[in-house]
Amino acid sequence: MTDLTINGKDVTLDVPGDTPLLWALRDDLRLTGTKFGCGIAQCGACTVMVDGMLVRSCVTPVEALDGSDVVTIEALEGPEADAVRKAWVDIDVPQCGYCQSGQIIAAAALLTEIPNPTDEDIDYAMAGNACRCATYVRIRKAIHNAAKMLEA
Amino acid sequence: MTKFSPTRRGFLAGSAALIIGAHLPVGGKMAAKAASGPISLNAFVRIAEDNTVTVIVKHIEFGQGPFTGFATLVAEELDADWSQMRAEHAPADTATYQNFAFGIQGTGASTAVRNAFTQMRQAGAAARSMLVQAAAREWGLPEDEITVAKGVVSHAASGNSAQFGELVAAAHDSTPPEEPKLKDPADFVLIGKDVPRLDSADKTTGAAQFTLDVYREGMLTVAVAHSPWIGGKVKSVNSAAALAIDGVEKVETIPTGVAVYAKNTYSAFKGRDALEIDWELSEAETRSAEEQMEEVAAAAATGEGVVAETYGDLDAAFAGAAEVIEAEYRLPYLAHAPLEVMDGVIENRGDAAEIWMGSQMQTVDQQVTANILGIAPEQVAINTLMAGGSFGRRAQYDSQFAQELAQVAKAGGQGTFKLVWSRKDDIQGAYYRPQAVHRQRAALDESGRIIGWQNTFATESIMGGSAFEVVIQNGVDPFSVEGSIHKPYDFGAFEARWVRTDSKVPHLWWRSVGHSHTAFANEVFLDEVLQAKGKDPVAGRLELLGDKSPRDRKVLERVAEMANWQGVNGSDGKAYGVALHPSYDAHFAYIAEVSEVAGEPRVSKVWVAADVGIAINPDVVKAQIEGGLGYGLSAALFNEITFAEDGQVAQENFDSYRLLRIHEMPEVEIDLAVSNEKPGGIGEAGTPPIAPAVSNAWRVLKGQPVRRLPLVRA
Repeated sequence: MTDLTINGKDVTLDVPGDTPLLWALRDDLRLTGTKFGCGIAQCGACTVMVDGMLVRSCVTPVEALDGSDVVTIEALEGPEADAVRKAWVDIDVPQCGYCQSGQIIAAAALLTEIPNPTDEDIDYAMAGNACRCATYVRIRKAIHNAAKMLEA
Repeated sequence: MTKFSPTRRGFLAGSAALIIGAHLPVGGKMAAKAASGPISLNAFVRIAEDNTVTVIVKHIEFGQGPFTGFATLVAEELDADWSQMRAEHAPADTATYQNFAFGIQGTGASTAVRNAFTQMRQAGAAARSMLVQAAAREWGLPEDEITVAKGVVSHAASGNSAQFGELVAAAHDSTPPEEPKLKDPADFVLIGKDVPRLDSADKTTGAAQFTLDVYREGMLTVAVAHSPWIGGKVKSVNSAAALAIDGVEKVETIPTGVAVYAKNTYSAFKGRDALEIDWELSEAETRSAEEQMEEVAAAAATGEGVVAETYGDLDAAFAGAAEVIEAEYRLPYLAHAPLEVMDGVIENRGDAAEIWMGSQMQTVDQQVTANILGIAPEQVAINTLMAGGSFGRRAQYDSQFAQELAQVAKAGGQGTFKLVWSRKDDIQGAYYRPQAVHRQRAALDESGRIIGWQNTFATESIMGGSAFEVVIQNGVDPFSVEGSIHKPYDFGAFEARWVRTDSKVPHLWWRSVGHSHTAFANEVFLDEVLQAKGKDPVAGRLELLGDKSPRDRKVLERVAEMANWQGVNGSDGKAYGVALHPSYDAHFAYIAEVSEVAGEPRVSKVWVAADVGIAINPDVVKAQIEGGLGYGLSAALFNEITFAEDGQVAQENFDSYRLLRIHEMPEVEIDLAVSNEKPGGIGEAGTPPIAPAVSNAWRVLKGQPVRRLPLVRA
């Protein structure tokens, strides 16, 4: 049993403690926006926020999260998230879309940390989020556009 | 390898005539007549009372944009407003939703828009006519005085007007026109203009539904332990430890391995890891990839095989040559590695089954499922879901994945099962782009001009043993030789010769198929020859193009202009590489700017000049070029499947099968030619030219020829 907060709600997870957060979110809570890509923290498709930090949910056992505050793509909100989503839709970043939950969470976290990131900042912050469709050109542009929106 | 031939009819046969003569099926499962409610005006267009227009798309959406593209074609002829357009996947129904290029329902070979350009426009035009008929009846006015624009049907003189939704009830009595009248392309308001993609918003909120997101009541999740050796079979299994794991319900041996049925995904994966399996390896491939490559190289060296194309007097050209240059090029096995692993849900109801998956070849998936479950194909319903990439992987000639899903359902009995692969299943699961070895010879005259070109290459047949084997004519598989034939250059004398190899490692089409190796072997060799004779890669190519291929000539001239071409050597340790390679009726020239970072090639910019014919959605085309280029770059730089000393596949996940990351993605500048030529395919054509363009720059930087991919080898 693990007690934690997920997307603002108090939740008790009655799953074995070694269950990765990813599968608890998906199989038990049906929060399916968080995706499975590799299972070893290499692709970033499973990225969520835990206590304000970016976490790879595929390698995070639920037993490590007692009392934590988890936010997934479904409940990601705030000015940075809004700007990122708008920027993503404005220039049609997604292709297959499968990695984009993770990309958007990572981009919103970057803008919270660095409101006006350079290309190098983007490289550093986003290198852990693989996109097999290679939408990287547009991800970079959308992050810059979102930064401009936030500045305005 | 399993041979499976559900149908041999129709593949590529007479497709153009079929497109032109295509009748719009008004039947199909979507067109059930109803007295009220949303109306299916034909099998492709449904209009609801809330004004939404839903296009039923016969091709799977995995990012390449058929939802948006097909909705654009329908909206154009329907004169709908873009904001009212929606799209959804068609059900499995071969008669209604076949791909005219294949004769079955399926997506591939960059055919989606090319096979349905006219059909979708007809569907829109027919729907428009039915709305106009409805308005004419309602208002008591002649049809020819009624106009439609931006989703509003109106009659100027009387002031009557109606939204589409208001005419739905009346349209139930309209008659589909025999010959829907299509617009003059000069009157297009949506085709060729940019519209927002229909699927972007849901892909930013987590709301987009993929197969992995399907959960059904009482469903068990299944993981299958596959042989670590390709072709290995289960000899014996001890499942005691797996069955002891919390959540594991049962374990069954199926033809492809051992299936663990569990209450959730993690239990299924854990149960699978706890299995003790002895594998029978008598039919497995246990040699190293290097040994296999040597076998392919030896096949190429025989100089035997079949001539895929020839012209001019090759013997005379080589006999009279002032100089002959030769080289050999090798390309590895490649996995597709779409980010969403292979997955599917099946409900086994005994006398019927229902599937939810990213089905890329519905007809074949339906038939193999029916065969395995012993039911009729019509009893297998397929719900096609958006897929997290494919790049060729979700369409297998033998429906490998649907077969495994059906076997899971058969062994599981009645109930609902979700089969989920791990990344290891994917990377080690074969169905790779086959190895290829190209031997190249060029005959040069006194002036250094190429007067003869001989390309002898060995690789597997892509379509051999598949449902599409009929495409193999005179021993030549067009999908194995494409890109080595019909070169845009005039070489004077020419021969492309293919030696067919075989392998125990199942192969598959991989984004751009034959072009994925032929573009590299031909454009890199050409560049080496030009360099050896002190010729500029742009000027040297233009000289060989002559006036044989005007569209290729134009894109090459254009890309040189865009990049302000000054030769291969740049400042600050940069070099520039050129490649020109047409495919899928689309013409591409690339110039890549490359430098060395930490011992590896780093591509900072690529200039792209493209002529893809009519671009339905120019921005979607550009996105596919960016993505196709990035996908090809990932492979060119990093990717190869090898076999370890024990014969097992050496790669297992993204730590050993390295993906291109954002800092490795170049800036991409694209110029799309304005064109009235028929639409080319754009899902794959952006991939082939990047490997040679980057390799050509890397050769200049390193002073060493590039004869093998990937450029960064482990």
